[in-house]
Amino acid sequence: MRPEHPPEFPLSVHDLTVAYHRKPVLWDVELNIPEGTLAGIVGPNGAGKSTLLKACLDLIPKTSGEALIYGKPYEEQRDLIAYVPQRESVDWDFPVSALDVVAMGTYRKLGWFKRIGRTQKNQAREALEQVGIGHLADRQISQLSGGQQQRVFLARALVQDARIYFMDEPFAAVDAATEQAIIELLQNLNARGKTVLCVHHDLATVSRYFDYLVLLNMRVVASGPTPETFTRENLQKTYGGKLNLLDDVAHALKNIGR
Amino acid sequence: MTLELLRETLFLEKHNTRLVVLGVAFLGATAGLIGSFLLLRKQSLLGDALSHATLPGIGLAFAVMSWMGLSGRSLPGLLIGAAITGLLGVILVLAIRHTTRLKDDAAMGIVLSVFFGLGIAILKMVETIPGQSAAGLDGFIYGKTASMVWSDFFLIIGTLAVTTFITILILKELTLLCFDSNFASTEGWPTLRLDILLMGLVTAVTVVGLQAVGLILIIAFLITPPTAARFWTNRLSHMLILSTLIGAISGWIGASISALYSNLPAGAIIVITAAVIFLLSMTFGTARGVLPRYLRHRKLQKKVGRQHLLRSTYEILENTQDSPPLKNLPISMELLRKHRYWSKGELPKLIRQARAEDHVERQPTGELRLSESGFGEASRITRNHRLWELYLIKHADIAPSHVDRDADMVEHLLGAEIVQQLEAELELAKSTIESPHLIEAES
Repeated sequence: MRPEHPPEFPLSVHDLTVAYHRKPVLWDVELNIPEGTLAGIVGPNGAGKSTLLKACLDLIPKTSGEALIYGKPYEEQRDLIAYVPQRESVDWDFPVSALDVVAMGTYRKLGWFKRIGRTQKNQAREALEQVGIGHLADRQISQLSGGQQQRVFLARALVQDARIYFMDEPFAAVDAATEQAIIELLQNLNARGKTVLCVHHDLATVSRYFDYLVLLNMRVVASGPTPETFTRENLQKTYGGKLNLLDDVAHALKNIGR
Repeated sequence: MTLELLRETLFLEKHNTRLVVLGVAFLGATAGLIGSFLLLRKQSLLGDALSHATLPGIGLAFAVMSWMGLSGRSLPGLLIGAAITGLLGVILVLAIRHTTRLKDDAAMGIVLSVFFGLGIAILKMVETIPGQSAAGLDGFIYGKTASMVWSDFFLIIGTLAVTTFITILILKELTLLCFDSNFASTEGWPTLRLDILLMGLVTAVTVVGLQAVGLILIIAFLITPPTAARFWTNRLSHMLILSTLIGAISGWIGASISALYSNLPAGAIIVITAAVIFLLSMTFGTARGVLPRYLRHRKLQKKVGRQHLLRSTYEILENTQDSPPLKNLPISMELLRKHRYWSKGELPKLIRQARAEDHVERQPTGELRLSESGFGEASRITRNHRLWELYLIKHADIAPSHVDRDADMVEHLLGAEIVQQLEAELELAKSTIESPHLIEAES
């Protein structure tokens, strides 16, 4: 923990428990994400990574506990947050263009009843340029590839101009070029002082991508700066029984040594 | 029945049907508009449960008004009753969905049939209320435009106008709700209240449409126009306008025809009209219609076939000649047939097509020879193909999504610099090997 930062964290979670159908998915999660980090939430399938994000954003009810954004409840801090949901969470057959989707990031500031105008469209176009698909602005979203769709979601988050970015598996099922573009973008945001929180599943890239790490498996196994947290012991605690993932873990552990 | 009469009705020249035809057309327009959002929110079935759940409300409203000494057949009262039980049905579906692990379709099936059954029973019971005639209440089941009078007309038009106004006012919010409700909710939009408002608007249209279309068929009026519109466009604004128009036209034609044949229920004719428009849209719709899609596919097939034929011929010429420049000599059918896999009957068809396009000509000996334009085209196709192959091999990990073999202008997609580089490599490769397929094996 870096003491020069203000005592309020961009995200602090206290005693968070979330249950679906009487079965707890997250247990007593205690977590502080320091300002200005590019943080990864890593854990096996079903560990509750997305659930953690969604509970922090009030998308699913908390069974107990709280999640605070700079010391205040989420409802009061919406302006500071941009959320990138999992790509499969929406119907990409919807009759809108890439530009229309990105412009949705401006709706909140626009408020009720007002329509988007030139300002919003230009903002959206700029964001699409930033993610490298400016030329696809008018394309219907079903005609985009998976990587391009992910970039559209990212552009929508850029338009929101937030201080904290919540990203749910932005690297899932995208091509290598998109993965590279996304990580560069996140690092760029990070360099401008934004805090980025990213659900991630690929252990091989963890130490390269993130400077802060949360290892999650229904509870927080460990959290802290990546070099101290990404250890053999912690990974075994996180992935322990998941035999099918052991190869993955072994591979990742090899990288630690370097 | 004469055509003259049909024309008079359609063009609102007949005084006694003008009202009904206009009213139903406006109903169709509003249903098409709000139905688009019902469809995009994937709640079509909930709309069906809603309309069936209105029936007990009609019977109960009739009974209550009779007991209060009012006329049991006052339309506003009946529609309020219908709206109340309709919404109750929707709430019940939502409650079942949230409190049990039953799936949506089961919850809707149960609510729909139970409320409808209840409605039928109540209608039979209120028939026995003394001093009141419940006859005609069952008109709400199948729809009966003929029973509309002036005062009903104003009630219906007023409700539809308010519904349309609210829908247009919150177009942006509804779009966001339908596309990504989770995102909307993190942005602070009241998604639950928006959902309720959407169902409220659907309820309004359903309830005022009961009299004309009937509760069984009103759902088709909500769903058919937007699905038909979707075949023509990928843009929401265009879809909304088209859907509104299709709804209006279905209502207009349906109400006109049923006004002429008094024993034909309006609901049925309207739905059939809408279905005809749907079928036409499904077949001919420019954006996703079956026929345009088939034609696009055929065109692509033809293009790919032509490229295969010309490239094969060119490659054979390269293989059979030792030193450049490449001469355009006739080649035997046998060589061509062996050069690559052709499905049965494909080669003769492609050759016929290429002859019609003046790309190849048949020699008196039975051999095939590229025409002058065909030779140029073949050389261009072969070059582009090899550039793409080479690009794929060189940059396979970087951008497979950029590869477009059909692209005539490789330079536009890859940039002149990369193309120059690729061409240099192609020249280098040419001296030793024939096709870049082999480069992969070598390296």
